[in-house]
Amino acid sequence: MSLVSIRDVRKSFGPNEVLKGVSLDIAKGDVVAIIGRSGSGKSTLLRCINGLETYQSGSIVADGIEVAGANTNLRELRRHVGMVFQQFNLFPHLTAAENVMLAPTVVNKVSKAEARATAAEVLAKVGLSEKMDAYPSELSGGQQQRVAIARSLAMRPKVLLCDEITSALDPELVNEVLRVVEQLAREGMTLILVTHEMRFARDVGTKLVFMHHGKVHEEGVPKEVFAAPRTPELQQFVGQVG
Amino acid sequence: MSYKLQFAELLPYWNVLLYGLVFTIVLTIVSTVVGIAVGTAGAAARTFGPGWLGRIVAVYVELIRNTPFIVQLFFIFFGLPALGLKLSETIAAFLAMVINLGAYSTEIIRAGIEAVPKGHIEAGLSLAMSKWEVLRHIVLNQAFRKIYPALSSQIIIVMLGSAVVSQISAEDLTYAANYVASRNFRNFEVYLLVALGYLLLAMLTRSLLRALGRVIFKAR
Repeated sequence: MSLVSIRDVRKSFGPNEVLKGVSLDIAKGDVVAIIGRSGSGKSTLLRCINGLETYQSGSIVADGIEVAGANTNLRELRRHVGMVFQQFNLFPHLTAAENVMLAPTVVNKVSKAEARATAAEVLAKVGLSEKMDAYPSELSGGQQQRVAIARSLAMRPKVLLCDEITSALDPELVNEVLRVVEQLAREGMTLILVTHEMRFARDVGTKLVFMHHGKVHEEGVPKEVFAAPRTPELQQFVGQVG
Repeated sequence: MSYKLQFAELLPYWNVLLYGLVFTIVLTIVSTVVGIAVGTAGAAARTFGPGWLGRIVAVYVELIRNTPFIVQLFFIFFGLPALGLKLSETIAAFLAMVINLGAYSTEIIRAGIEAVPKGHIEAGLSLAMSKWEVLRHIVLNQAFRKIYPALSSQIIIVMLGSAVVSQISAEDLTYAANYVASRNFRNFEVYLLVALGYLLLAMLTRSLLRALGRVIFKAR
């Protein structure tokens, strides 16, 4: 039984169809790396999974909840499906700890003390125990992104969506974020990542999805797919970025 | 040009002038607090609310921003009684001020809300927060931080503009000046004094708002 099941999803922005019938099954504990050129629909697909984008047809069921259903409780869905963004999107008026504590206190009505304990735990996990009371502006990009990951983890999601989370980072800061993601993967977190880090996709991913022109063009076990891409498009893409 | 200033002749009216000053201060404080509350609600409705509500707010804002304050005041005080709504000059003055500042601050606060990166809103939604929780905990704080100087200026403008309420006999500082001048004919002295009063009030308000801003937005 898959944790996220995507069936023939179609999505258009005006006359421009960006998802042309995407189907994908993601099981608990999967680490799915979605790769592809810009404009291939990777990020849009990811954003459809937690309802940030709507889609015109098909279905997405995440943790038993139909995302675009008439009575879908998006709030309930998003309690189980976390998301980390390319631009970190930390709340600048709150400290690292307050960023992490906000959703647990507001959404789950957890006490401040309990939320702070959770914040301490998840910030320790991403290696930022000593930065709890720092404001985002006082943190490097890599640190900000790790706080953003901790912020999602505080809600104890079953799936974490990562939308090009290292693309806005200076090259020397990429690895500190990838190490955190790798650790999550080892602990069994289900991850769906849109990424340009091919080495990471190959080494950490359990499943590789190559998107091309709004479709899943090729998918499989990362090492196998990278070693022997079947389609000329993926061969060309791997040749360019690898 | 040998006019001899006779400020002593204002002395017997000190209580009238003081009452006017206090009236103006209270009028400014109340209309600021309530007006900004109206503005926040209006801005929230235009950015986060349903389309129909946003359109109603837009009509309100355009109606107020494109007509003179004195006409709005006269409409409320002299016009509304025709509909059976008869208000005292004090209530009419407060109401007109709130409605006026409400419209201007709606636009100012809306600008602040729209300046908050969309990604912050999406991050809040992705954390399972509702639209209103996102607005309250993430957007408004940042929005007010951005527009605080603009809002401060608008408060001063409204405070100075409140002189107009004297035209319906609301007993503000300008009304007091008119009253005194009509009795002792010391127009020069009384309006000089009152002008000075507004000047000091404006400068005081500005520094108070600046200090308040530092306290509220001290973080970061």
